[in-house]
Amino acid sequence: MAASIEFLQASPYFAGMTEPEIEVISGLFFQKTIEKGEKITWQGDPGEALYFVASGAVKCFKTSPEGKEQILQIVLPGNSFNDVAVFDGGLSPTSTEAMSLVNLYVISRSDMGGILTDHPKIMINVIDILSSKIRHLLELVEDLSFRQVIGRIARILLEYADGAGPKPKLTQHEMAALAGTAREVVGRSLKTLQGDGMIRMERNRLVIADKEALSQMVNAHS
Amino acid sequence: MLEMPRVDLEKCTGCGTCAAACHCGAIVIVEGKATIIETLKCGWCSVCEAVCPEGALYCEFEIVIEG
Repeated sequence: MAASIEFLQASPYFAGMTEPEIEVISGLFFQKTIEKGEKITWQGDPGEALYFVASGAVKCFKTSPEGKEQILQIVLPGNSFNDVAVFDGGLSPTSTEAMSLVNLYVISRSDMGGILTDHPKIMINVIDILSSKIRHLLELVEDLSFRQVIGRIARILLEYADGAGPKPKLTQHEMAALAGTAREVVGRSLKTLQGDGMIRMERNRLVIADKEALSQMVNAHS
Repeated sequence: MLEMPRVDLEKCTGCGTCAAACHCGAIVIVEGKATIIETLKCGWCSVCEAVCPEGALYCEFEIVIEG
């Protein structure tokens, strides 16, 4: 099934394309539904397709030889993944997995290349998107290099409680994989934050009770 | 309905580590798979997720800002 016209019109990749142009390219996409917990791509595979998240959330992660996971990005609706391997023709640098039931629009590398050749005006969109992804990764490097673990966890909590759009629920394992630390450290940090009155654990809800103090914790631990 | 930790039945080997570690006595092994039978006892402490050698248990948190 082709991608929805409305979805492609709202995608930053295709900003500036006319409706008739979008209608033509929509036929190049196919839809894919992935169950929660199912892998979508594997690190080291050829980058044969570009994926757009229509609904749900996808985590992009790397796994160390010891099995430690580092989440690099959680991709939310409207955004894409596997861009790097599609554009440089190399292998996928990360694996991806559905964090919920996910609906994807998928386009092959060759069809995406054809769109760029036929519509060079959208090259600037690609530059914007890749720049934004580099900026995100630089923030992650800064976080892992300079911020202490509890500050990283405070930042993750604030980011995932942000009201802008639906966000996936996170396990403590996933918080650890986002923060580049061990799960046990996350458990201890959450207890500390709870003891200081910044958060409250209510069964399967983690409530930020003092947003101001938590924000200060992010900045204090950098 | 009260939400429960999620068990990935494909990953679960039924080793019983989670059942042994569960402070609440909420988990038992039924037909070779971890099963939460005492749903009202589960306090979402996440110990089962922490000890599972297969990574088959998931205690997910919704993160919200008060107010």
